[in-house]
Amino acid sequence: MSTIELKAVKKSWGNTLALKDVSFIAPEGDFLVLLGPSGCGKSTTLRLIAGLETVTAGRILIAGEDVTAKSPSERHISMVFQSYALFPHLNVAENIAFGLKVRKVPVDERKTRLGRVAELVGLAGLMDRKPAQLSGGQRQRVALARAIVAENHICLMDEPLSNLDAQLRHEMRVEIRDLQKRLGMTVVYVTHDQTEAMSMADKVILMRDGKIEQEGTPDELYSTPATTFVARFIGNPPMNVLTLTDGPDGGVLEGAESYLSWKQCGAGQVIGVRPEDIDVSETGVPAELISADYLGADSIVTARMGSQSVVVRMPGRFQVRDGERVNLKWSNEATHIFDAKTGHRVEP
Amino acid sequence: MPSQNVRVHVYGWLLLMPAAILLIAFTHFPTVATLVQSLFTTGTATRPAAFVGAENYQIMLEDDVFWQVVQNNIWYAVGTIPVSIAIAILMAVWVNARLPARGLVRMAYFTPTVLPMIAVANIWLFFYTPDIGLIDQVVSLFGGGSHNWLGDPDTVLGCIIVITIWKEAGFFMIFYLAALQSLPPELEEAAHLEGASRWYYFRRVTFPLLMPTTLFVLINAVINSFKLVDQLFILTKGGPDNASSLLLYYIYEVAFSFFDEAYAATLTVVLLAVLAVISVGQFLLLDKRIHYR
Repeated sequence: MSTIELKAVKKSWGNTLALKDVSFIAPEGDFLVLLGPSGCGKSTTLRLIAGLETVTAGRILIAGEDVTAKSPSERHISMVFQSYALFPHLNVAENIAFGLKVRKVPVDERKTRLGRVAELVGLAGLMDRKPAQLSGGQRQRVALARAIVAENHICLMDEPLSNLDAQLRHEMRVEIRDLQKRLGMTVVYVTHDQTEAMSMADKVILMRDGKIEQEGTPDELYSTPATTFVARFIGNPPMNVLTLTDGPDGGVLEGAESYLSWKQCGAGQVIGVRPEDIDVSETGVPAELISADYLGADSIVTARMGSQSVVVRMPGRFQVRDGERVNLKWSNEATHIFDAKTGHRVEP
Repeated sequence: MPSQNVRVHVYGWLLLMPAAILLIAFTHFPTVATLVQSLFTTGTATRPAAFVGAENYQIMLEDDVFWQVVQNNIWYAVGTIPVSIAIAILMAVWVNARLPARGLVRMAYFTPTVLPMIAVANIWLFFYTPDIGLIDQVVSLFGGGSHNWLGDPDTVLGCIIVITIWKEAGFFMIFYLAALQSLPPELEEAAHLEGASRWYYFRRVTFPLLMPTTLFVLINAVINSFKLVDQLFILTKGGPDNASSLLLYYIYEVAFSFFDEAYAATLTVVLLAVLAVISVGQFLLLDKRIHYR
């Protein structure tokens, strides 16, 4: 049993409220990602689960047991820190086995577990090195190994990949996910990188200003964002958000009133369209192309529709001639409608 | 281009000159002069200094006071260094923690270092004074008799040791505090998550990571223990019966009270040699076992 449950957790420092009423459940064996911009409270949430900070209000349950008042070590969790937190004067083997030694695990067992874990994360042969003699990726693996060797069912990770280069980050993402599945661990993973969240998570919790903005599978967050904030946080480039105004048959785009219209919509609402859902076609909203960023497999084209600017993802290489005009079109299913003021999704 | 090369060299030497002049004039030249002087007799107006080779060293080896002073100095070093380092670490760990008014506590611990040694010696003189001194007054409250702390050869060195510890621990604490603050807090959190107690963490992580600081402090402490003169002037003048005289104070006496410059030079050479051997030894022995980041 390794379910984690947060019930109405609040955390404040002095007068600043860092977490405002956060509740969620991380089911056993799930890979849960806490996603959000800096200062949204995701790391604080993780540290509260670990017991490195104490909650101001609310309760934290691990495996159904209330651990709110328990010390970090009594919670039987492992943690991977952003800085890795390796002991610089100890070699790889001593770093990994640090906790086993603290808990006085017999030497023989320590050795077997160390060997097994070293094999698992690919560190065999580096056991005598000091952290300073390792590359960033290898240090990351040591931190992972130290978390795994404890054989706790819960592992917390605080932006573990943020110090690695892009190529290595991709590799480690796959590896961490694979390890988590093989060992059946419950992982709570903090990141500000939506790519990490989308590619690794069973469930994503998107946070903003100390509150949960939306909770769901990566696909749910991508295809039915609950707010414009989620819509623009998930997806790269972010979703276009266009202002509507009242037209004769419903809402029309501000600055391009004579074209597409959406029934039962109008002023006070915005629509969201993903760049990848927009096509160039014979009919549709006329737009002026401004620039294109060529990315290899596709190009990100910036265009202007009336007074509003949109971003369109086009396959292959897309050349923009100065002042070129095209028509842009997207389907009704690809249109997300939000309240302009609250940012909340309006179900059609 | 040789001319440019020369200019670069001249430029380099000009930059080095101010420091070099000071070092040569006040450190290197006196050292060599002392060494030379130790091989001659003390010259007077009627009798110029004569070369005597190692005769001064021969005299030194037969000098009972010299051996007494060396013995005092060893006891003094053994008594002050480990204790003041231990107290320094303890205080640093203590004021590094989140405690109320820690700025005030840190300042309080550092105050003895800021005070001039002469003033400090006068304060302690009051503590140690028989009958009316603070210590005797406290002792008499519990029915103890009066004791001449500085006048008794058995207690006088101990008294000097206590003052030095009191003075130096706060100074060393600053270095340990700086080192502690450079340790990333995640290390302690990681250890804490693994169930390590505070003592275990200190023993296995903090202390080893403080070793570079300890080496630095140790060398300083050793040098200081051979350099002490100030409080001896105020408190004991090396007495009674040389029971509290230390090497540098003895050199001072020989040079400026007995005006035996040659013998003072000889003692100085010995002092320099001892310090050199100790620092080299510390580097060679401890350096291998220290982790530098």
